[in-house]
Amino acid sequence: MERMPLERKVLNENGRIAAELRGRFAEHDVLCLNLISSPGSGKTSLLERTLESFAPGERVAVLTGDIQTENDARRLARFGFPVKQITTGGTCHLDARMIERALSDWRLEDIDLLLIENVGNLVCPSSYDLGEAAKIVVLSVTEGEDKPLKYPSIFFKSELLVLNKTDLLPYVPFDIDAAEKNARQVHGNMEIVRVSCVTREGLQEWLDWLRRKRAAPQAAAVSASTNP
Amino acid sequence: MHEMGIANSILESVRAEARRFPGGHICKVGVRVGELSGVNPEAMTFCFEALVRGTDLEPLGLDVEYCLRRHECRDCGQPFIVDREGMECPECGSLDSRFIGGDELELIYLEVDDGAHAAGA
Repeated sequence: MERMPLERKVLNENGRIAAELRGRFAEHDVLCLNLISSPGSGKTSLLERTLESFAPGERVAVLTGDIQTENDARRLARFGFPVKQITTGGTCHLDARMIERALSDWRLEDIDLLLIENVGNLVCPSSYDLGEAAKIVVLSVTEGEDKPLKYPSIFFKSELLVLNKTDLLPYVPFDIDAAEKNARQVHGNMEIVRVSCVTREGLQEWLDWLRRKRAAPQAAAVSASTNP
Repeated sequence: MHEMGIANSILESVRAEARRFPGGHICKVGVRVGELSGVNPEAMTFCFEALVRGTDLEPLGLDVEYCLRRHECRDCGQPFIVDREGMECPECGSLDSRFIGGDELELIYLEVDDGAHAAGA
């Protein structure tokens, strides 16, 4: 019996495609962001408010993942930017190959900002690199403030936490300061914005974060690891 | 639940590696799983066993090395395991540390029976 050392990532193939995508995004100066949350936290609403803030002609595109239906793509297409639905047919996350395939008939030369809405799930999407410059995790106040402690992987790997549905704070027993403290316990220097997609409170902060991120040259993202 | 896909990726690697050992049989694969990897080792093992059963890969064992989150103190250099209570350095009490591990999802080794001995797990 012989033991052969084998130091290699399990998701080697996904990593290879993600690295290729990251290289292409850098080459065409595309900022790619991967939005992750539980189902119903408001990723699509956040994207609706985001898209409506952009002037027509802004070079923005969206890929939205779901297990079934084209509903989210329909909601997002109203704003006039290119939107494509990725239906996974049962798979609980997007992987790099799905992104590669979805982009095959889009010209990256025409895109500056690519927003990816992952399948609603706080666990599995955290394992799959999509070539993004940053992961963003959305947590709504109708969930528990201990979610960052229960699902540390995604809070650890995300650069920004969007605390959504703050308009509901008066009606739910959600301690938003405790939620932020829990997030920072898992990820010390995590950036956090508080947002309501209904009253629009805090949206400017999110859009400012996005603007700062877009202003930085995307080539810098190539050398950055997916982890903080 | 994406452990089926993870287990399948492990088996794809085993199959690819098996070509390097014609006449041999891979008996065991070692995998490192960090607590921040987003993968549940029990679910992964369950899926792995289900995928191997009844195939030419049998008998094939899975050895999981589970890793906790590790930091290194920026003030005194002490490496330590981060627990739920906080990220304080147990050596000097500093709160300034950097992440050094705990998100692994890696293949670490293969155990190959080259046929010189009786086959078996």
